[in-house]
Amino acid sequence: MTRRPTSSRPTRDLSALFDPRGVIVTGVSSHPGKFGFVCLHNLLAAGYRGEIFPVGREPGEVLGREVLGSIDEVPAGRADMVFVCTPPSLNEDLLRAAAAKGVRAAFIAAAGYREAGPDGIDAERSLVAAADELGIVLAGPNGQGVVSTPSSMCAQIVAPYAPAGNIAVVSQSGNFVSSLLNMAHLSGVGISRAVSAGNAAQLGVADYLEWFAQDPETAVSLVYMESVDDGRVMFERLRAVSSAKPIVLVKGGASTAGAQAAASHTGALATDDAVFDGMCRQAGVIRARDPEEAFEAAASLATQPLPSGNRVVVVTTVGGWGVAAVDAMAGTLLDPIPLPEDLRTEIDKLLPPRWSRGNPIDMAGGETRDTVPEILEMVAGHSEVDAVLFLGLGIQSNVAAMMRGGPFFPDHSLRRIVDFHETQDTRYAQAATAVAERTSTPVLVATELANTRPDTPGPATMRAAGQMCHASAGRAVRSLDLMVRHARWRSARGI
Amino acid sequence: MSTTLSEAESRRLVSEHGVAVSRFVTGETTEAILDALEADESVTYPVAAKLCGRQIAHKSERGLLRLQINDPQSLRTACDELLAAAEPSDGAVELLVSSMVEGSRELICGLHKDPQFGLTVMLGIGGVLAEAVRDVAFRLAPITEADAEEMTDDLKSQRLLGEFRGEPALRRQDLTDVLMALCSLGAAHPEVLSVDLNPLIIADGRPVAVDALVEVAQ
Repeated sequence: MTRRPTSSRPTRDLSALFDPRGVIVTGVSSHPGKFGFVCLHNLLAAGYRGEIFPVGREPGEVLGREVLGSIDEVPAGRADMVFVCTPPSLNEDLLRAAAAKGVRAAFIAAAGYREAGPDGIDAERSLVAAADELGIVLAGPNGQGVVSTPSSMCAQIVAPYAPAGNIAVVSQSGNFVSSLLNMAHLSGVGISRAVSAGNAAQLGVADYLEWFAQDPETAVSLVYMESVDDGRVMFERLRAVSSAKPIVLVKGGASTAGAQAAASHTGALATDDAVFDGMCRQAGVIRARDPEEAFEAAASLATQPLPSGNRVVVVTTVGGWGVAAVDAMAGTLLDPIPLPEDLRTEIDKLLPPRWSRGNPIDMAGGETRDTVPEILEMVAGHSEVDAVLFLGLGIQSNVAAMMRGGPFFPDHSLRRIVDFHETQDTRYAQAATAVAERTSTPVLVATELANTRPDTPGPATMRAAGQMCHASAGRAVRSLDLMVRHARWRSARGI
Repeated sequence: MSTTLSEAESRRLVSEHGVAVSRFVTGETTEAILDALEADESVTYPVAAKLCGRQIAHKSERGLLRLQINDPQSLRTACDELLAAAEPSDGAVELLVSSMVEGSRELICGLHKDPQFGLTVMLGIGGVLAEAVRDVAFRLAPITEADAEEMTDDLKSQRLLGEFRGEPALRRQDLTDVLMALCSLGAAHPEVLSVDLNPLIIADGRPVAVDALVEVAQ
């Protein structure tokens, strides 16, 4: 095993890949099914901030843009990145021509490389050699593209683009980039950068993560990984990145590999997954079970303060949800603490006596106009509470929706009450975010309306603000559990 | 290619690096064992007797292990029987007699060289049940004390580590020390491919290895 010194390795500069001044797209034709066309379309549709230089064999215009006959026609110094959709036999020359124009990054969407057999392996090797020689950082080949919201750039042969935010995505499967960007759209929690690593011929997962760790637009990285080339080096690099910014990771193929035949009991217990899992925990990498859980954990980390401990108080408008939330904490690191006495006394002043007087704080419908924001503030601000879980957002708008859609609206004072309910949910959603910010205590919000009626005021307000609204208490609990584990990892190491 | 050290050699090696192992004596004959036991007052009855050799990796499966021997007469009988059970393919063999360690909870600890990640260190619940229970935590060696503490925290069967059936809680620092000792052994001996401390009995709160098996590259 070759061990590269990890501390002295400089982080590769990927700014030309993620924030290029201009992009050359090769292989552009008028056929809307071709990669070159799709990439050009997506760059234009997302409103890319830089210049675009389409290059193709047919003269004329595509999507209203003049197509250049070759890269030689691109003005020097105006493009930093080339997006390559042409077949392998052309691409080495193309890199040289692009480098001569000042290009410093390439995304190779073209297939026909390592995944295609011996000839492809040779082609990939010489492509990387050319890139190295030319000082070009090379993403792919056989990748689906790169997204960067600070540059409004959607250089992809697939969709979607994404709302802007602070999560950076790198995936060894291009389709998972699309899945995660779709989740960003659904939740409103946005993306800073996203890249499909493809065959990762030159740039590997760790190269991207190291750059994300220094990227001011990124708060947390989200990785989908299937294979590890050099486990020990990967571990060292992941650990260094985790110390700077959290990494959430999903491993594909986790359950397939068993233990090697071993002379020892320890060896017999050393399944690939058990060792990989231990490596993640040691490196501080937050390992999620599946892409949904990974996205929600990343979204929570990107939008919430890190909890300073595991003491959780649940705030809910009705009983059952709170019970289910506490049930979901069994087997996690989370501790649904007994409600501190001084909090109980304070809440007694705000609610009629039928409230639960414990944790979960079940308001039992006793809340009036300002009760929910006041209680959230009081609980999150308490020195013995490390995290708050708020359930019941949207219940009032749910009632309002039925009234609004019913036969009596807007008469019988229905408009007034509908407005009140909807305003209340908007306020609750705003309060959850504001309280978390003011108290530096995470306030996670969960309601099934995030999925079932995402356009009602509660979830819609969260989404518009780029805040995660979990679709169930169990999912919020899972995110919080992963956050607590990571917070512990940091504090045990004095980070 | 690899080979295993005998239990006595394995015990000495892990013990040199700070792992507590049950007190023991070795000898090639029954008489030698009885003499050694007489001379070493630290090995006290009841004792366990085993037949050991580099070719014998899993003694209990072949019945080469006798437990809870309470007096010299019974020990003599056990040693004679064990020597008689040796087969030519076992090569050089010796008897190992150790003090019985009292404790109802068993752990497993070890090292393993992973093809992808290199040397790993493991902690698990179980002794003989370990492979069925699969409540284990791995880390890449070497580890820090924080890593070792988190390995203990990782185990799902936390109740087994607290006070249990009249026995005191596990002294977690002692277990951390075992894991650190294994890593220092691994660092000092790059030829080591695997180590099993199985079982590691929690005796009066302290982890004590009552068997050790070290596998080395040839």
